[in-house]
Amino acid sequence: MKVIELRRTVTDSNDRDAEALRRELRSKGIFLINLMSAAGSGKTTLLSRTITDLTGKVDIGVMEADIASDVDAVRISGLGAQSIQMHTDGMCHVDAGMARAGIEAMEDLKADVVFLENVGNLICPAEFDTGAHRKVMILSVPEGDDKPLKYPLMFRESDALVITKTDALPYFDFDLDAAKRRALALNPDIRIFPVSAKTGEGMAEWEDWLLSELEAWKRDA
Amino acid sequence: MHELGIVEHVIRTLHDVAEENNVRRIGSVTLEVGEVSGVVMDLLTDCWNWFREKDDLVKGAELLTETIEAVTVCTACDKTYRTVDHGKTCPHCGSKETYLLRGNEFSIKQIEAELFDDPEDGEPETE
Ligand SMILES: Nc1nc2c(ncn2[C@@H]2O[C@H](COP(=O)(O)OP(=O)(O)OP(=O)(O)O)[C@@H](O)[C@H]2O)c(=O)[nH]1
Ligand SMILES: [Mg+2]
Ligand SMILES: [Zn+2]
Repeated sequence: MKVIELRRTVTDSNDRDAEALRRELRSKGIFLINLMSAAGSGKTTLLSRTITDLTGKVDIGVMEADIASDVDAVRISGLGAQSIQMHTDGMCHVDAGMARAGIEAMEDLKADVVFLENVGNLICPAEFDTGAHRKVMILSVPEGDDKPLKYPLMFRESDALVITKTDALPYFDFDLDAAKRRALALNPDIRIFPVSAKTGEGMAEWEDWLLSELEAWKRDA
Repeated sequence: MHELGIVEHVIRTLHDVAEENNVRRIGSVTLEVGEVSGVVMDLLTDCWNWFREKDDLVKGAELLTETIEAVTVCTACDKTYRTVDHGKTCPHCGSKETYLLRGNEFSIKQIEAELFDDPEDGEPETE
């Protein structure tokens, strides 16, 4: 037997699939955003509010990844947005192959922006490139401001951090400045948007960023 | 089930490598696993043993691991320390503003393989 040195990360084959998907989506004019957070941080709620607020400005589609249920896709389709439910069959993250299958399953997809709501988990989704053009993560106030210290990879990988449930700030021991400082220490380029999807506070800044990233992406073509 | 997904990705990567290197069969796979990679090795081995039987390239292949020590660096005093001993609190100055320098890696270091055009089929070979 011969010894072959590899030094490859296990995600190499996925990385290639992701790169191919990213290019294909570019040629189709679909801007894909990978939305990641812990379970229950408010991904579906943020998306619902964003879709409603941006109606008439931009067409948004959603791919909901869940280990087994359908509830999130039902919530989104109730808003009139195109959505699809993907089941990961127990897998803790979405990889590029699954993202491709999701896009292909959305027939007559007319959206300019597609959000992939990843499985609720802060570890595994950060390690697998889905082929998305941007990565956005959510940290909710009840989770605590020390999350960047516990899950550094996701903070390093994300283009934007949405801090949700800011209406709950008076009830939790969450230091917004400390959370921002810790996130920026890991990733000086990360854009941070404190929002409450309940009261609408901060939503406009997040939505402006989204629209400007879409425009920037189109210009880069 | 993080481990099941990892094993699937390892095997897919091995198929790519096999194609590039004219490999007929893989005898062993050595992984480099950081102390705080979050991978549960027992589970990983179970998943491996289950998957390898379904795939001719890796049938019977042994899974070996090398551990990489986890090291954390403190942004307050710039010193480093062993993550598993002290977690996120710097033992030098007590600061919690620390980050992991290494120890969360998970990669395939090397494989032992039998090649298609290897005349000594199955014999150990040194480089
Ligand atoms: N107070 C408050 N509650 C919120 C806010 N956003 C979401 N929630 C609540 O948080 C809970 C979880 O929200 P979801 O949007 O379902 O969270 P998710 O991340 O999609 O959850 P999974 O898909 O199960 O991982 C729900 O009860 C929401 O009503 C917010 O801005 N403020
Ligand atoms: Mg959801
Ligand atoms: Zn220190």
